[in-house]
Amino acid sequence: MTTVLFYILGFILLAATLMCITRRNPVHAVIYLVAGFFALALMFYLLGAPLVAAWEVIVYAGAIMVLFLFIIMMLGLAPQEVPEGPGWQRWLPLVLLSASLMACSLLIILQDPAAGQEIPDFYLAPQALGEALFSRYAMAVEMVSFQLLFATIGAFLLGRPLPKGEDQ
Amino acid sequence: MTIPFGHALAFAAALFVLGLSCVLLRRQIMMILIGVEIMLNAASLVFVAASAYWRQVDGQIFVMLLMAITAAEVAVALAMVVYLWRRKRTLVADEFNGMRG
Repeated sequence: MTTVLFYILGFILLAATLMCITRRNPVHAVIYLVAGFFALALMFYLLGAPLVAAWEVIVYAGAIMVLFLFIIMMLGLAPQEVPEGPGWQRWLPLVLLSASLMACSLLIILQDPAAGQEIPDFYLAPQALGEALFSRYAMAVEMVSFQLLFATIGAFLLGRPLPKGEDQ
Repeated sequence: MTIPFGHALAFAAALFVLGLSCVLLRRQIMMILIGVEIMLNAASLVFVAASAYWRQVDGQIFVMLLMAITAAEVAVALAMVVYLWRRKRTLVADEFNGMRG
């Protein structure tokens, strides 16, 4: 049952992402992406990562994507819909590039002896994850917290009002 | 659950290629950033699948760190989007082709 569920969720994820990258309206794109991330969160849960699944919904869909939506709405991008990209003839090389890249990765995956082996039933309790995170990976947590601090400072610097004369 | 490891990897590869084509095809900076997000999520799918395959905790921890770093990246990137919008009142990437010298 969970096997079928995994494939259904995978195809929902890919369909939602495909819809996302072809939308012209950025708001619609973000909404489709949030739907895809919900499917991805359920896939994480099926792969034995309940805490990561919760974080996917809370942090990714809840915070990061809402930040995107917030900026899109703040700048008023939705109504005026920037005329988007070239027609199909100019898309073709990029589509071919992506398709060949996809084919190469699939061939590499199929060649690997591990590819045919099944993923075992696995469930990682949040407690075990937290213990490893704050003991073995404590240094990484510190570095990420510094990264967040730097990002805050960077966003603050970039968000300052422009000097006079540079604003069009 | 009986899923071959390769199928999880194939889903992740498809997701990554979709994100890459979003970055390559779209011209609006906001959509390029969304493509980057899609690629990062493909990476986290690989991490979680590998974590389950080898029954180790490390993959999931890397996904957590990845999410935190993504949050930092998105904060700076969106601040830059607002900055670019203030400069030129557009977000089409082709418009930003000049350096101030």
